[in-house]
Amino acid sequence: MTSTTTTPDSATTAVALSGVTKVYGRGANAVLALDGVSLDVAPGEFVCLVGASGCGKSTLLNLVAGLDRPSGGQIDLAGDASPGLMFQEPALFPWLTVDGNVEVPLKLRGLPRAERRARVAELLRTVHLADFGRKRPHELSGGMRQRVALARTLALDTPVLLMDEPFGALDAMTRDILHDELERIWSERRLSVLFVTHNVREAARLADRIILLSSRPGRIIYSTTVDIPRPRRIDSPEVAAIAAEVTERLRTEVGRHGQ
Amino acid sequence: MASDTLASTARTDAQISGLDALEIAGREKELSRASRLWAATWPKLAALGIAVGIWQVVVWTGWKDPWALPGPGPVFADLADYALSSALWDGLATTARRAVLGFAAAVTVGLLLGLAVARSKILRAALGSMITALQTMPSIAWFPLAILLFQLSEQAIFFVVVLGAAPSIANGVLHGVDYVPPLLMRAGRNLGAQGLNLYRYVIAPAALPAIVAGLKQGWAFAWRSLMAGELLVVIAARTSIGAQLTYARDFSDAERLMAIMIVILVVGLAVDAAFGAADKAIRRRWGVLDQAGQ
Repeated sequence: MTSTTTTPDSATTAVALSGVTKVYGRGANAVLALDGVSLDVAPGEFVCLVGASGCGKSTLLNLVAGLDRPSGGQIDLAGDASPGLMFQEPALFPWLTVDGNVEVPLKLRGLPRAERRARVAELLRTVHLADFGRKRPHELSGGMRQRVALARTLALDTPVLLMDEPFGALDAMTRDILHDELERIWSERRLSVLFVTHNVREAARLADRIILLSSRPGRIIYSTTVDIPRPRRIDSPEVAAIAAEVTERLRTEVGRHGQ
Repeated sequence: MASDTLASTARTDAQISGLDALEIAGREKELSRASRLWAATWPKLAALGIAVGIWQVVVWTGWKDPWALPGPGPVFADLADYALSSALWDGLATTARRAVLGFAAAVTVGLLLGLAVARSKILRAALGSMITALQTMPSIAWFPLAILLFQLSEQAIFFVVVLGAAPSIANGVLHGVDYVPPLLMRAGRNLGAQGLNLYRYVIAPAALPAIVAGLKQGWAFAWRSLMAGELLVVIAARTSIGAQLTYARDFSDAERLMAIMIVILVVGLAVDAAFGAADKAIRRRWGVLDQAGQ
């Protein structure tokens, strides 16, 4: 089913998915998680994937991250850098300090020690944790841990960031501030972001484009461009209007499973 | 517009550091080292005092003749003599050498076996439950076979010590590798760790607490096996703690017998405490000490 390999034109596409299908299990027990998902993310674009439970959002990110293989279709990434992936939990290594955690991808890339140190300091400054390098993850709050995880992912120096409900476990206040942070880092570093969330307002707050996935199987059923000027506020009427529209579509989709 | 953005950035910075300060405030409370040490020590001392007291009371009741059950006084007096004699230190040297060699071999075998079984589905199906079965086998039950195979020799003791300790260590490794959180594995792989690097950066450190627990249990089994071995396999030319214990019984030297038992207990406890300290240090770094209740 997989077709030929092509590198997407990196001037126009950072991530290209064409007809991506994922089946779990086989025979009578097979479950179709994703069905023919085609999607392009432009360089520097912020795309939010929204969907109800069982829409295969996380499956999709795993496939793009290369942690799992698609059953069919094709995924192409500009350049050869693998994308960085963030989860709902920070997934920090508890046996390492904050510095040590951010250093892991740099060590794995074989950077010399002096350069690693400078990069770690720079990345922690980026997420406003310059003074917390010697702390251990359990000494930090949830929001701070998630920022360490962001710094660690940025240490991969990848142009593509995949985020799987990264702020889902945080309180509203912290989430609000992290939205500002992520927006700043995204625009400073010209990142391409594929951001999964079930929070429609969060999507409207952050995205250039919102894509709605159906549930069981996951298919793209709706896509809308968000052209509210930045910086945005999550409680602005423009964000609320977009969110209301997407929510309406989402409800219709959920209702379809009720009969 | 530019100044707008700048102002909003400065505001966000202040908000972030404010939120951070609020969230981690009051998390650190440090007790002084001395009071921590005292809090950990006095219950142990009290328990020891009560145990010795009960022992003395039993002796006073005249339940057994003093040549069979001497009181704490004569025993501790003999222990002092014993500690000043070369017998203790010669015996301890032999015993310690056997313990170190046997335990080191058990660690090597246990680590390799644990890793191999953790990695291979076939090996796991074949050996997984056998390791647990070996663990429940009382090590003294191995001695008849060991003596048949190696006669009354160092090898017989070594054989049983390794067989006693290795399954616990292998089980610790197996348990540790099995329970590495899948999320950390995914994070490690995404950060670029593959193959051996995945072991080095994720699996080994994540499994370390369980491995240390396995080592601690393995030590307890090694020490028991060694004592059983030294009681049964007495090599005439070489004194050891266990051999001296046998001689003490042969000569009905009850004070010496109990003094030697105290030495065995103290050595076992001291090594166990070292493993306990390592375990605690790891758990403190991991940030799971609170749940474990110190």
